[in-house]
Amino acid sequence: MAVGTETQVAQGTLRLDPRIPEGPIAEKWQLWKDEHELVGPRRRGDHVIAVVGTGLAGASAAATLAGMGYRVQSFCYQDSARRAHSIAAQGGINATKDYSNDGDSVHRLFVDTLKGGDFRSREANVWRLAELSTAIIDQAVAQGVPFNREYGGLLATRSFGGVLVERTFYCRGQTGQQLLLGAYGALSRQVRAGMVDVHSRHEMLDVVVCDGRARGVIARDLLSGEIEAFPADAVVLATGGYSNVYYLSTNAMGCNVTAIWRAHRRGAGFANPCYTQIHPTCLPQTSEHQSKLTLMSESLRNDGRVWVPREKGDSRAPGEIPKDERYYFLEEMYPRYGNLVPRDVAARASKHVCDQGHGVGATGRAVYLDFHDAIEKRGEREIESRYGNLFELYERITGDSPWHVPMQIYPAPHYAMGGLWVDYTLQTTIPGLFAVGEANFSDHGANRLGASAMMQCLADGYFVVPHTITDYLARLEDPHVDPSHPAFASVRGEVEARLGRLLAVPGSTPASHFHRELGKLMIDVCGISREGPKLERAIDQVREIRERFWSELKVGGHGASLNQSLEYAGRVADFLELAELMCRDALWRDESCGCHLREEHASEDGEPMRNDAEFANVAVWEHRGADETPALNLEPLTFHEMKPKQRSYV
Amino acid sequence: MNFTLRVWRQESAQAPGGFESYEVSGVEDDESFLEMIDALNDRLIVDGERPIAFDHDCREGICGACSMTIDGRPHGPGTGTTTCQVYMRQFEDGATITVEPFRATTFPVIRDLIVDRGALDRIQQAGGYTGVNAGPKPEPNANPISPEDAEEAIDAAICIQCGACVAACPNGAAMLFTGAKVTHLSRLPQGQPGRYTRVQDMVEQMDREGFGGCTNFGECEAACPKEISIRVIGQLNRDFMTGVLYHPRNPRGGMKPQ
Repeated sequence: MAVGTETQVAQGTLRLDPRIPEGPIAEKWQLWKDEHELVGPRRRGDHVIAVVGTGLAGASAAATLAGMGYRVQSFCYQDSARRAHSIAAQGGINATKDYSNDGDSVHRLFVDTLKGGDFRSREANVWRLAELSTAIIDQAVAQGVPFNREYGGLLATRSFGGVLVERTFYCRGQTGQQLLLGAYGALSRQVRAGMVDVHSRHEMLDVVVCDGRARGVIARDLLSGEIEAFPADAVVLATGGYSNVYYLSTNAMGCNVTAIWRAHRRGAGFANPCYTQIHPTCLPQTSEHQSKLTLMSESLRNDGRVWVPREKGDSRAPGEIPKDERYYFLEEMYPRYGNLVPRDVAARASKHVCDQGHGVGATGRAVYLDFHDAIEKRGEREIESRYGNLFELYERITGDSPWHVPMQIYPAPHYAMGGLWVDYTLQTTIPGLFAVGEANFSDHGANRLGASAMMQCLADGYFVVPHTITDYLARLEDPHVDPSHPAFASVRGEVEARLGRLLAVPGSTPASHFHRELGKLMIDVCGISREGPKLERAIDQVREIRERFWSELKVGGHGASLNQSLEYAGRVADFLELAELMCRDALWRDESCGCHLREEHASEDGEPMRNDAEFANVAVWEHRGADETPALNLEPLTFHEMKPKQRSYV
Repeated sequence: MNFTLRVWRQESAQAPGGFESYEVSGVEDDESFLEMIDALNDRLIVDGERPIAFDHDCREGICGACSMTIDGRPHGPGTGTTTCQVYMRQFEDGATITVEPFRATTFPVIRDLIVDRGALDRIQQAGGYTGVNAGPKPEPNANPISPEDAEEAIDAAICIQCGACVAACPNGAAMLFTGAKVTHLSRLPQGQPGRYTRVQDMVEQMDREGFGGCTNFGECEAACPKEISIRVIGQLNRDFMTGVLYHPRNPRGGMKPQ
């Protein structure tokens, strides 16, 4: 297959074997489980596994591995494992229970996810995800997760974007919090049992590779500043996504790419870095000092109607605009799905109407999300129970009440479908290094459907990676790490040297300045829509910001104690490297797919045009040294269960 | 808008602390309190001073990391809100604002506005969970739960473990926090196994950490960013008494060797 269209891209040397089991798709996972190697219960305690991150994927993986009898070292940068950003997920979690009797099935969830991802994900992984979805609900309920209930006491479900059935389970608008507390409870129980050490306020800064295998991590104690080595027989990265590369995003302030970026630099292939999702329903930016954008759950689109004034520049208050002068653009453009089109479609349509001059609010970069009709139809009580806390959240932040005035929303960076390349067993290209949850690239292709992130995190953590790590450990000839291996000292030395370099830059500009500048560039060139020439220029622009960062930065303080400014500078430094790779990947992918819209490949009415002949593949980038351009490896995607077709939500 | 900030500065738990004053100007009313501190910190970095250390992460009121006492109130002005969701429009232009860490002996200061709330994690570890591992589970709809019970459970389960209840309580009690977890699980059938052991284990850890007892000041409920009702303390006491009287942790009793 030809590599490189507009610019020369070097051919990589990674061995990309997806290791998909033989057999019919519906039986692959069971067949794999039937045949994988086991570690006996009495031998598991001899193994140490490092799990980095304590969100839904990390906490569920750590708790499950410990429950099986492995010794687990768990890491998070927050002061408590329960604060990982999964806690902020609002809307819900999909499962094919078909409680609403609308014809749902594993096959339908598989189809929706594959189609939602615009045929850029691996069929076997997607099927497994759909298959495991119901077990997640069973598991969570058994943990005491208080899902919303119908009056008869049975579990309630609702619908979500990109889907025509009601399969989304939820706990008000705090589903992520409740699911994470379930996993955190399970983790706490294993701490009590002595099976897990949670290293809170520890940031992983590198992975240690001994003789080709991941054998531990180097982490910084954020309070003492001490750089410590943690040897392990296998390492799991559950460190989330990198939307903070855009500076303003819905992610928590501390979310970063460092763990997976450092692993990438040690040899792990980075897949589809340009696949990022811009979420349609967020609060618009209001102030220059703004530090983050707040998401309003996509579930709001179930009842809220999205509109803008039909006349450009109409400055009347929303209540004064009569119905026939309102442009319900999603309902008009996509009559079948209406306000429930997938996220990328809604985000692009919102940007499109604002570009045309229909936007509202102080900046003209917002659209209305109106609950007036829903309140009339369903009554205040029903709307209160569905969205009460979201309405409060909105009012607290903006000072406006959605009960009386339509919400103003605008798209914001939210999720990274790209991440470390993993095979069917969630192992990266470094043996012994696994990646789960948002940190890997696996299941969502070029666009993630709503309420699927938590599903993937928990499927990976509770049900997939515990088995695949067992198989990995059982097959090892030398199953135990040698803590005296020289790699520990040398990687630790590299980490210390890098921190020293950050502290030694003799400049006078705080890291936030560069981060903000990078974010503005990235949202412009590598956000909702992308163009070849702009991306080419952006590669140089990113490099230029990076050079200034390393000569004009001022961190202050020292490394031997708590230094939040140093932590932040290190993360920004990694974003500055990632951003270049994102632009390269976006430039190379000369097609539109999912959230990735290339202006050159849009139909007349702005719909993305995929190019399956050339780009039905996973782009896996290989690091070749600080001064070298990265090399590209391709994993071809083949589709047996469902033939790719152009997505249509009309 | 312009403000004078009086901020508690303390290098470490061992070092003495004190207030420092900072003038901030050109603050927009839509700016959040933490965004104002971000800007101040950037200025301090440029000036070669040590920036103000504070905990924060999600900035949408759910992770529970932020923990300042603003003008004497944990999480500042307004009800049902965390520090990260305090906006400058809530203050009068020109005001002097006092910023301190959460104050409780069980929350030792780490630096400036950062305190160590690990004691709350240890209470959770003592029993704040059901005893299930990952694996096949029964069909959830085989065990209906009335929406009222589910609602009460989630009303308690929304606790974000920020510790404002402890910081607000004159006794430094963690009973709203502990009661919230106990109530969440007590309301659900899944929480029934181990219900009375759980409450005794958690209360024991609470006492061991040095948290005080509830004497019905009600300050915790007023400070709680998630507006958790003080009724959860009633539930905690009820379950604890029931546990001690009817479900002792060592039902076979026995005497310790003298």
